Amino acid sequence: MTIVKDRLKSATAAPTRAARLNPLIVLVVGAAIIVALTYTLPPFRTYQLATVGAYLCVTAGLTVLTGLNGQLSLGHGALMATGAYTLALWQNKFNLLAVGIVVAILVTTAVGAVIGLAAARLRGPYLAGLTLAVAVVVPSITSTFDETFNSDQGLSVILNPPPESMTVEQWQAWLCWGAALITVFALTILTRGRFGRDMRAVRDDETAARLAGISVARTQVSAFVVSAACAGLAGALFAVIAQSVSPGAFPLTLSLFLLMAIVIGGLGRLTGALIGALLLVALPAIAHEIGESAGSQRLEGNLALTFFGVVLVVVMLAAPGGLASLRIPFRRFRTKKH
Amino acid sequence: MKRTATVLVAAVLLAAAGCSNSGNGSGTSSADTPGVTDTEIVVGTHMPLTGPAAAGYSKIAPATKAYFDYVNANGGIHGRKITYKIMDDGYNPANTQQVVRQLVLQDKVFAILNGLGTPTHSGVLDFLKTNRVPDLFVASGSRSWNQPDKYPGTFGFNPDYTVEGKILATHVKEKFAGKKVCFLGQDDDFGRDSLAGIEKVLGPVAAKQTYVTSNPNVGPQMGALKAAACEVVMLATVPGFTALSIGTGAKIGFKPQYVVSNVGSDPTTLAKTLGPAAGLLEGVVAANYLPLANDSANPWIQLYTKVNSQYNNNAEMDNNVVYGMSVAYLFVQALQSAGKDLTRDGIIAAVQKGGFTGPGLVPVRYSATDHSGYGGEQLTTIEGGQAKYFGKAFRTDDKDAAVEVYESSPAAPPANGIPAA
Repeated sequence: MTIVKDRLKSATAAPTRAARLNPLIVLVVGAAIIVALTYTLPPFRTYQLATVGAYLCVTAGLTVLTGLNGQLSLGHGALMATGAYTLALWQNKFNLLAVGIVVAILVTTAVGAVIGLAAARLRGPYLAGLTLAVAVVVPSITSTFDETFNSDQGLSVILNPPPESMTVEQWQAWLCWGAALITVFALTILTRGRFGRDMRAVRDDETAARLAGISVARTQVSAFVVSAACAGLAGALFAVIAQSVSPGAFPLTLSLFLLMAIVIGGLGRLTGALIGALLLVALPAIAHEIGESAGSQRLEGNLALTFFGVVLVVVMLAAPGGLASLRIPFRRFRTKKH
Repeated sequence: MKRTATVLVAAVLLAAAGCSNSGNGSGTSSADTPGVTDTEIVVGTHMPLTGPAAAGYSKIAPATKAYFDYVNANGGIHGRKITYKIMDDGYNPANTQQVVRQLVLQDKVFAILNGLGTPTHSGVLDFLKTNRVPDLFVASGSRSWNQPDKYPGTFGFNPDYTVEGKILATHVKEKFAGKKVCFLGQDDDFGRDSLAGIEKVLGPVAAKQTYVTSNPNVGPQMGALKAAACEVVMLATVPGFTALSIGTGAKIGFKPQYVVSNVGSDPTTLAKTLGPAAGLLEGVVAANYLPLANDSANPWIQLYTKVNSQYNNNAEMDNNVVYGMSVAYLFVQALQSAGKDLTRDGIIAAVQKGGFTGPGLVPVRYSATDHSGYGGEQLTTIEGGQAKYFGKAFRTDDKDAAVEVYESSPAAPPANGIPAA
């Protein structure tokens, strides 16, 4: 029993230091920075900022699932597609955005619960295999039920124009970051409480967790459902940003990119999820710049993947805990002085 | 807190790193028109340079650029040189969203020219409309481009697929009367519009199948068409899938008469894709509305060949090169017509005014109430590995108008190869 306690202690030791940080302050500061940015950045950067916000919703949820609960999902792209298509179908029928986003989250949560129930019975590569299958099946579903989903062409999303006082890009950024900040806030509260401890306990040792009275299956399914809800929200936001949904927006590579991003950023940390979300937008853009300066537009289609791979290898060698685990020198200096 | 703050600061810096200028407007004089200066016009496009539709289509934009370079070398238009920004979207609608935003919001292009693809371009119509960006000569025959009330800045280029379907079906009706006619098409507006045109003339086809570009296997579809004992198969396919369908058919011993949409019928691309099986293309019927690349006696082809050798690294001449240069020629005509004081509204008004004469066998249809491109086609067939025209050019509309012969012959290019003001 002492061993179990030790294990639980070691698992919860890391975040206690961060727990001093009040998430409300992060929420307010984050919102202030975003508002400031949307008034200073040019439109395309604002659009990219909005995309980072949408990505943050899904990376935050995924890092909780994979980093804190130890469940590997290669299928979050498919969950995003679920949210996106739900929103598109809802908007084209009712055109009520706020309700649509909630409905998208609910539907994705339900789908996530089904996958999560199956996932809770699977371990390691088998779980990866199941979620991988979910990611692969998206294009087939859209072309099989093409009357509803319109195959590869996808659906356009009817949206009311934003209020006159702001540009489309500002509105997108506010919407996405509003959702992202709320997601991060909710996940922080959730993971710092009992649920977070349960998740970590299950990740570290299922038997020990069971002995400590934690329902392993329920924890795993709950973790999957939470991260599915986040993915559904992200998908809905992507549908809003792009004003369209198509299977090509949610390919298998997206699911892999998401996983790579949170690993590079730092698994299990929400700051890592933020870094990951930034990289998801920045790396393809950098790849594009390189492709353009190299004079070959054909390069960029394939360069982003290479880029991610190289960054992943370098980060894993230099900082196995991801970029979020890196300490900035002046900080270490100050800690020493203490 | 420190770390979070560091991350946030890093985020701000990263995001701010690339910002240089802001401000966006569709002004009333060329001085404040995005993408237009006294010496330059910046135009952008999205093209499948990689991915399932790259075969053949990836040659279009370089050809367009080559013609612009030719014009630039001869002094440009009203003293302005044309810069053509080509973005690869891999024929993936999600990428198109991204690259078109980059062109409009970051690169501040004056207009989007010849964005390729029905599924890809459909997704950016609203965005281009919101930003009041002229969306000229879309490289697709979907009828969506012809909605002047809904999308006042969007204009098509290709004959729409319904017009084409009617013309091809009229030929099938006369030449292959009583045969069992079937259809294989792309599962989007391209395939649906084409089938609509075919069925207007022929009535319901005996069997119809669809494919998606993300799944490069048409075995089940061709098998079903074989099982239905089709004698004529009409294809609304992109080049890679035309070759795939004909090749897959041959593999299972199914060799019907193929009648192929213009966009999927460039013989050079198909022959290259089929490789040693290129002989299967013999007798394939298709249609076109521009001079054929192998018609070296045609003055337009002579002009394009000259430009191609000087400015396009002497790329192999095929119908995609001809297409790309014809688009460029039409755009230059529109620029000339819009005059020296170039604005976004000005170029749209100039295109709506119409009256362009160029390489096409039939005229373009632009007017205030019609934003569709070429209004008809002439049939081609492949003999001895070479495509050639037969019969006469036909014109029709996407509704119930009859398919009628168009008699006038196309205009000759100007002596210096650049349209005058």
